Amino acid sequence: MKVAYFPGCSMHGTSREYGESLHAVAEPLGVELDEVRDWNCCGASSAHASSRMLAVALPARSLALAEAQGHEQLLAPCAACYNRLAGARHEIAEDAELAGHVKRILARPFENRVAVLNAVEVLRDLGETIKAKATSPLKGLKVACYYGCLLVRPAAVTRFDDPEDPSSMEAVVKACGAEPVAWRMRLECCGGGFSLSRKPSVVRLGRAILEDARKAGADAIAVACPMCHSNLDFRQKAMARDGEDKPPMPIVFITQVVGLALGIAPEKLGMQRHFVSTKRVTSRGNGEATAPAAEVG
Amino acid sequence: MSAHEDAHHPVPRTLADKVRAATGLNPARCYQCGKCSAGCPMAAETTLRPHDVMRLVNQDRPDRLMDDESIWLCLGCETCAARCPNECEPARVTDAVREIVAAARPDAAPRAIRAFHAAFLDQIRKHGRLGEMGLIMGYKLRSGHLFADAAAAPGMMSRGKLAFVADKVEDVEDVRRIFAGCAAHGEEG
Repeated sequence: MKVAYFPGCSMHGTSREYGESLHAVAEPLGVELDEVRDWNCCGASSAHASSRMLAVALPARSLALAEAQGHEQLLAPCAACYNRLAGARHEIAEDAELAGHVKRILARPFENRVAVLNAVEVLRDLGETIKAKATSPLKGLKVACYYGCLLVRPAAVTRFDDPEDPSSMEAVVKACGAEPVAWRMRLECCGGGFSLSRKPSVVRLGRAILEDARKAGADAIAVACPMCHSNLDFRQKAMARDGEDKPPMPIVFITQVVGLALGIAPEKLGMQRHFVSTKRVTSRGNGEATAPAAEVG
Repeated sequence: MSAHEDAHHPVPRTLADKVRAATGLNPARCYQCGKCSAGCPMAAETTLRPHDVMRLVNQDRPDRLMDDESIWLCLGCETCAARCPNECEPARVTDAVREIVAAARPDAAPRAIRAFHAAFLDQIRKHGRLGEMGLIMGYKLRSGHLFADAAAAPGMMSRGKLAFVADKVEDVEDVRRIFAGCAAHGEEG
C-alpha cells in the first residue's frame, strides 16, 4: 500500500520516536510512505480556537498538495493532525459555501478527493500481516489502549471505529501477542493543548488516566497521539501524589508496540527517548520470560 | 435593511442566530438534559458547563459568556457532541461563541491561553510549521511565565526532542496568503 504521508510538526520534535517507529514498521508491513511535499502545520487547537476558516484552510492546503501528488489516501499518524485534516475534509464536503471560500483562499486546484487515515486504523487493517511477521510476540504484556479524544471523535468525522466503544487499538495489541486490559478511562481527554498554558488541568486529568490503567493491571499505556504521549510521559512525574511510591507507567506509541513484536531493536523505535523508562515493555520482546505485572520498571 | 441583508441571508442579530450562521447548527435544539456536562472533563474547573453555555446562547446572553473564562477552557475533546441525544454539538457551538466573543473583545480569553494560541499561530505564520522551541519562547514572553518548565529543557534536548532551528515550509508566502485570506474573509463575513 502506498499512501501520502503527513508527518506533522511533532514528528520532528517532541515525538520524534513516533515518526521513527512508524518508519521502522512501515517497511516490513509493506506500507510505502510518500511525504507530502511542502506540507504545512494543520493549525491544531489554536487555529480551531481562533477562526473556523483558518482551521479548515490550513489543513486543506496539505490535502490539495497530496492530491497534486496523485494520492487518494493520506496517513496522518498524529491524532491531532488526523483530526484536523479529516475534520477539514468533512466540513468542506458538507458545506458547499465553505468549500467555495476555501478554494478561493487556497488559490490552487483542490477537489477534496483525499481520504485521511490514522495510524491505528492502518495497523488494524494490517493485523494479519503483523501476526504473521511477529517474530517476538509480546506474550503476557498487559496494555491499556488509550484512544483519548481526537482519534475517535467527532463520530461523523472519524468513522473508522465506534466512538464510545472502539476496538481497533485492542485488535492491534492482540495481533502483537500482547493482552489489552479492560479499563474505563480510554476515551477521556488528557488535557491536550493545555500542557503549557494550564498545567494543573493536565495533571488532574492525566493522574486519573494513570490510576485507572494501574488499577486494571496494565504494564503500559499505548497511545497514538503526541499530545497524549507528552502529557502522560513528560508530565507523569508531576502527577504523582505527595509521598506516593507507585511504579512509573511506561507510555508507548502503538507503532512501538508493533515494532517490538516485529523484533525491531528498541533503539530503532526511539524507546530511549521517553521520560518514563520503557524497560517493563522492552524486556517482553525477544521471547524473554514474562515478569509479574507488579514489577517495578 | 442594510446593504448586506437580503431575504436569503438576513444579518444575524441574536447570539443563537450568529452561531447558526457560522456553523449551521441550531442551538435551540438543546433541551438541557445535561449529558454534555456530565461527561465534560473540564466541568470540574468551570463555572459554566456545556449545557449552561447552550442555555446562555439560547437566552442571548453574550455578556454572561464574556465575563467568565469557562468557554476558553473547552478542550475540544468532543465528548459532549458524542453523547448529545439531539445533535447539538456543544463544542462546536463553543468554538463559534469564542470567535464571536473574541471579535467583540480581543482580550476576553485568560492570558495564558491567549498567549499559547497567539504564540502557536505566530509560529505557523513565520515558518508554516510549528517550531516547538519558538512556541515555548513565544508563549513565555506573552504569558509572563518566563521560568515555567525551565528545568525540563535539558531533558528534552538530551532526548533529541527539542530542535533549535524550526522546520520551514518552502513556500511560506503561500501559507501567509492563507492567513491573509482568512482574515479578509472574517472582515467580510
